[in-house]
Amino acid sequence: MLTKGLPFYTILLPNLLKFNAMFFQQIINGLTVGGVYALIALGYTLVYGILELINFAHGEIYMIGAYLGIIFLGIFTAAGLTEYSLLLSLVLTFIMSTLVCSAYGFTVEKLAYKPLRNAPRLNPLISAIGVSIFLQNYVMLTQGATDKVFPHVIPVTIIEFSNVTMTTLQLFIIIVSLLLMAGLHLFIMKTKTGKAMRAVAQDKIMASLLGINIDRIISVTFIIGSGLAAVAGLMVAMYYGLVNYSIGYLVGIKAFTAAVLGGIGSVPGAMIGGLVLGLIESLGAGYLSSEYKDAYAFIILIIILLVKPTGLLGKSEGPRP
Amino acid sequence: MKKLIFMFWCALLTLPFMGIRGAAYLFFGIAVSYGFYVALANMFGKIKKPDLPVNMKLLSTALIIFSFALPFLVRDYYTDVAILVCIYILLALGVNIVIGFTGLLHLGFAAFYGIGAYSNALLTTALGLDFWSALILTLILSSLAGFLLAFPSLRLRGDYLAIVTLGFGEIIRLVLNNWDSVTRGPNGISNIPSPVILGFEISSLKYYYYLVLLFMLSAAFIVKRVQRSRTGRAWLAIREDETAAEAMGINTRKYKFMALTFGAFWAGLAGALFASKMHFVSPESFTFMESVFVVCMIILGGLGSVPGVIFGSLILVLLPELLRDFQLYRMLALGAGLVLMMIFRPDGLIRSRQ
Amino acid sequence: MILEVRELTKAFGGLKAIEEVNFKVRQGSIVSIIGPNGAGKTTLFNCLTGILPSTKGRILFEGKEITYWKPHAITAKGIARTFQNIRIFAAMTVLENVMIGQHSRSKEGLFTAVMGTTTFRKEEETIKSKAFEYLEFAGISGYADVLADNLPYGCQKRLEIARALATEPRLLLLDEPAAGMNPQETLELMELIRRIRGWGKTVIIIEHDMKVVMGISDWIIVLDHGVKIAEGTPNEIQNNPDVIEAYLGKEEVF
Ligand SMILES: Nc1ncnc2c1ncn2[C@@H]1O[C@H](COP(=O)(O)OP(=O)(O)O)[C@@H](O)[C@H]1O
Ligand SMILES: [Mg+2]
Repeated sequence: MLTKGLPFYTILLPNLLKFNAMFFQQIINGLTVGGVYALIALGYTLVYGILELINFAHGEIYMIGAYLGIIFLGIFTAAGLTEYSLLLSLVLTFIMSTLVCSAYGFTVEKLAYKPLRNAPRLNPLISAIGVSIFLQNYVMLTQGATDKVFPHVIPVTIIEFSNVTMTTLQLFIIIVSLLLMAGLHLFIMKTKTGKAMRAVAQDKIMASLLGINIDRIISVTFIIGSGLAAVAGLMVAMYYGLVNYSIGYLVGIKAFTAAVLGGIGSVPGAMIGGLVLGLIESLGAGYLSSEYKDAYAFIILIIILLVKPTGLLGKSEGPRP
Repeated sequence: MKKLIFMFWCALLTLPFMGIRGAAYLFFGIAVSYGFYVALANMFGKIKKPDLPVNMKLLSTALIIFSFALPFLVRDYYTDVAILVCIYILLALGVNIVIGFTGLLHLGFAAFYGIGAYSNALLTTALGLDFWSALILTLILSSLAGFLLAFPSLRLRGDYLAIVTLGFGEIIRLVLNNWDSVTRGPNGISNIPSPVILGFEISSLKYYYYLVLLFMLSAAFIVKRVQRSRTGRAWLAIREDETAAEAMGINTRKYKFMALTFGAFWAGLAGALFASKMHFVSPESFTFMESVFVVCMIILGGLGSVPGVIFGSLILVLLPELLRDFQLYRMLALGAGLVLMMIFRPDGLIRSRQ
Repeated sequence: MILEVRELTKAFGGLKAIEEVNFKVRQGSIVSIIGPNGAGKTTLFNCLTGILPSTKGRILFEGKEITYWKPHAITAKGIARTFQNIRIFAAMTVLENVMIGQHSRSKEGLFTAVMGTTTFRKEEETIKSKAFEYLEFAGISGYADVLADNLPYGCQKRLEIARALATEPRLLLLDEPAAGMNPQETLELMELIRRIRGWGKTVIIIEHDMKVVMGISDWIIVLDHGVKIAEGTPNEIQNNPDVIEAYLGKEEVF
């Protein structure tokens, strides 16, 4: 929007001075959100790699992770543990939410996807949408439709250099995301189960001939993906301080976009896709229009699927033509 | 025993959300109802799929007569619900052309519904057109939207198409929500006038019901006719096997365009009728959940069957209205219902074939 | 010459499924394409019918270049095919399957269907009666109202042929029509193919059953690893050392 009458550099100049600080601020915000997207995107990509299923309910698993964090921290605080040692209480919260959330992922697969493994391709997708609706309303009914507040137990320190600020929490989220991604990468490349996962993703029939238990690998995939989503949910709950039963849908779609952006089925792709999407979103919100912030993900998704469906790092086949 | 352990496991999972008492109730609830189910199933043998033996012609004649008499038989409240049913049937007929006939899993149909509703709203309020001229423009506009949005969707298959169309739906909703100067954002547009026929304003529920009913019946009639024509067969062939359809001389691109345009046409009509019935539209009515809700209707009735669509819409609009007390559990049941349908009855409750 | 293929090549990434293949097909003849599994026979059909775009080369049908045409346009022009793995429209009736074949020979659109005009109704009648004729020709008219999915295997193969014939082609491509058939059914199939030729149509078949190939072909083309290694009359092929070499130890055919 150019203001009429003024030479345009009079508008540009102050903006240029503001540019650097704002730019780096948006980069930090983008990396924080991007790390979270990446963790969730990994769940989509792992499941797609093995089952060729868009696990529509994955966003809800993330939402459940966020709720579990609030619930467990509440329990530990009520039991006096938080007062005794904040660190211990937080660590236990992380462990418990991850475990229970993984159990949710595991159960959803057994109940809603496993019976449909040989059904036409769209049936499991519709079933996944059903699971997503179910879980959303299950949480709404049991926990209420209003926002839940994350207990204010963590002291927030602000790190500041020149004009750019960063909270310790942001730093924590970025570091945890990167550590988990590195851990997952090692797990898939080095361990026996990880190698089996890759084999199943390559060729299911071949893998089962080699004596790999496909059902077990699928379960492991759901457990890992849900665990990562739980950590993501918990960190988002800490970051924004508020949680709602409906947060899973939008974040789920965005994380899926991240997975497609990086090349669905590719683990490094999901990581990079998440970070890139986070950056695009916060830069777009900063420089273009924050009202359409949520639309960026959809637009990127559509463009990628139409122009380069294999994504940035995808395998050459990509999605079927 | 294994089943019991699994039930216990599920109940255990709900522990953090429902507390000890809630989880315990749930566990006993599931166990007892499962026991009942097993007992009943043993008593009545295997539960069979009902193969409607009724004479469809007779049944539909009776239903049509009943639907015309309806406003004189029931309270106004139910006439109101019946209007809603008719509007949803129109919408579902459109979706059914795309998903049921042609086999394109489109998850953004709320967008065409929304375009229909908003263009009717804007044309009648902002431009002051009368209902009928606005309707014609609306139908052209929504068909055009279907046609244009078909371009990018056609290169994709299966679940990717589903996600891209979902994205389109959301983008349209975001535009409705944020383009304040035209759509007035989340506040929506109010004071949408009622239709006028020959100087006679159709504002009473009864008359509006007849208007919508006539639209709905002609839509069902037309869609049924098209289904039984060369065009309908081509759509079905694409759903069954796209490559083989192409090898049989069907220009699959052209027919997908036709399906999306024709489907969007009916969705636009449904939207326009919705707007002038409510006298108010806002972006809230055109969310992704709305698209899913309609997909549920056509799955429930059996993909690709016109009576199935009518049946599915009827059930899904009526049930929550009749079971007002269970309103809260409506979406929960819908979600669980979708999963169960996919597992036990993916072809719908009634058969799609004659 | 009804069909002329010049230096046709189809590559999947690095793999050349067919390479520089040349051949001609005479109007009204029955030509067999043989070769071991993976030789590129089905790929050749896919290129001829436009289902896969050719990488290089030219395809001329009745003297007209159709190399980069879309499949539906090629069908409309007069080439029809069946598939190696049966690809019928499972949820439609047998009659409807064949009616689909008439698609490119009819033209009524959406609006006349909605109006139910007389031309529309007449055309529907014609499509139906023609479809029924093709079913009778293929000997499965008794199944007209059965869901195609419920048909026995042999009849599904016949249905595919009837459906292809319903597109009124001048050149018919059959991909392993006798696969999975018992000797009696195979004999009937050979009879059917002869009758199709009797209509003045040209037929190219891919077939492994050498009794069929030697029994009905006027001309045989041999592919191996995507390359044409021989062509000739059944007699010439049977005595060709290259052909015997290509098959040696792979399948017991001769
Ligand atoms: N769509 C495809 N993508 C990649 N490779 C293919 C494709 N279709 C066929 N091929 C390869 O091309 C070769 C020839 O296959 P095909 O034409 O089916 O052989 P035939 O019909 O003679 O048995 C095989 O190696 C096969 O793997
Ligand atoms: Mg083959």
